[in-house]
Amino acid sequence: MKSIKETQQEIIDEFEVYDDWMDRYSYLIELAKDLPLIDPKFRNNEYLIRGCQSKVWLNSEYNDGKIIFTADSDAIITKGIIALLIRVLSNRTPQEIINTELEFIDRIGLRQNLSPTRANGLFSMIKQIKLYAIAYNAKEQKN
Amino acid sequence: MNNFDINKIRADFPILNQKVYNRQLVYFDNGATSQKPKAVIDIVNKYHNELNSSIHRGVHILSDMATNAYEEARENVRKYINAEKPEEVVFTSGTTHSINLVAFSFGERFVSEGDEIIVSEMEHHANIVPWQMLCERKNAKLKVIPFDDTGTLILDNFDNLFSDKTKLVSVTHISNALGTINPIKKIIETAHRYNVPVLIDAAQSIQHSAIDVQSLDCDFLVFSGHKVYGPTGIGVLYGKEKWLEQMPPYQGGGDMVDIVTFKKTTYGKVPFKFEAGTTNYIGAIGLGVALDYLREVGINEINEYESSLLNYGTEKLQSISGIKIYGRANEKASILSFLMDSVHMLDAGMIFDKMGVAVRIGTHCAQPVMQHFNIDGTIRASLCFYNTKDEVDYLCEVIKQVQVMFA
Repeated sequence: MKSIKETQQEIIDEFEVYDDWMDRYSYLIELAKDLPLIDPKFRNNEYLIRGCQSKVWLNSEYNDGKIIFTADSDAIITKGIIALLIRVLSNRTPQEIINTELEFIDRIGLRQNLSPTRANGLFSMIKQIKLYAIAYNAKEQKN
Repeated sequence: MNNFDINKIRADFPILNQKVYNRQLVYFDNGATSQKPKAVIDIVNKYHNELNSSIHRGVHILSDMATNAYEEARENVRKYINAEKPEEVVFTSGTTHSINLVAFSFGERFVSEGDEIIVSEMEHHANIVPWQMLCERKNAKLKVIPFDDTGTLILDNFDNLFSDKTKLVSVTHISNALGTINPIKKIIETAHRYNVPVLIDAAQSIQHSAIDVQSLDCDFLVFSGHKVYGPTGIGVLYGKEKWLEQMPPYQGGGDMVDIVTFKKTTYGKVPFKFEAGTTNYIGAIGLGVALDYLREVGINEINEYESSLLNYGTEKLQSISGIKIYGRANEKASILSFLMDSVHMLDAGMIFDKMGVAVRIGTHCAQPVMQHFNIDGTIRASLCFYNTKDEVDYLCEVIKQVQVMFA
């Protein structure tokens, strides 16, 4: 499996191919289709991330020292963005997730191409992922 | 249409002639705020450059000139809405401020425990929340006129909403989310039969049609400068003198007083007792120039042009499969609220933006309207007299492109 750093670079390279944001959106729509879907039973308010304009559900499972994330959204582009986050941060140790600087978001111009409210939504997603990591990490150390 | 030359009009609005993301800007968010003609931009600049001075205070020439211009702007607004006296025109920061002022001051004087205020189901939050706050303060009750699925107010049982506890009716002239033009004359007549005064929220109507407060006989009428091609941060509260006289001030401060001692302060006359502190006099002057501009183009010509744009847009949108328009009232202003069957509104909005089309996505500060239809929001294209059929065509092309992208 590629490291977090390698995966982020891979995403940056993929987005560099497109110079128009319309093409990048089309690519995000493609990625959305590959997102490991959340089990329908988690598509409820308990798993809803607060602070997103569209609905985003996120579930995490802790398996063998690594966190597996699954997610879904009612908006496709949002789903594509989550797919990127999951590609970088899923199946990693809590410590890895906590220590990661998500540089790809700025490098592919994602932050600049979201309206401020939608950028806040993106940061809510990242925050939620990191909170899970912190929680699992704390649990691990307790054991 | 005598003076109506769309190319000339578009040239009057410098912001329209620009590209965003390398595409020609199509500005369809006029319901949120309108763009400013050069005459308004110029007068605001001129005041900042040459004439800026605090009004009603100075003994020097700049202050005198600014004071005169501010009071001329008041007279200009009076004429525009045909109020009886300039004292009935209070400058505020906008519609929201105007409604809060009435909710507080009228509420303090006339509303007590158990009393009732009537609003409609299609109000903007600015015409709901101030009344809810009043009701909470006074332990009063809010009653609601419902609307049907076309977005038309159901007035069959309107009379039943009145009781001897009813103190005020506050309704919008035009729904910002659905475009419905409400029969306000009829509403006012009915309310007056029960001796209940009426506030008209004209935030979405003052820019589309001629308004005559005396012929309407409304008790209050409110609107914002920035939606009527004037500067932002300025608004109007029209109130019949008999009400304004009886209402206590909303905010205390400079310019609204007569004599201040630590024992007792007496207040100035209307409208000044409602204009505490340094007002947005440059905004007011800019608003006056915006109204002059509308007079020059002709509000009736504007209304006619916008109606034809609405009919054209409605037909074009309807011809695309998978589009549902919200707001199908017979009487409508040029607001097209819609959803796409297979595409989330936020996804569509992102692509519209990148294609240069500015629309609003969401609840439009009218969550009860969305609750009525059980939806999260709509895509709203709000058109005005500087928009064109070509722009409507472009919007429709973009919609089709979005449908393909997300298929």
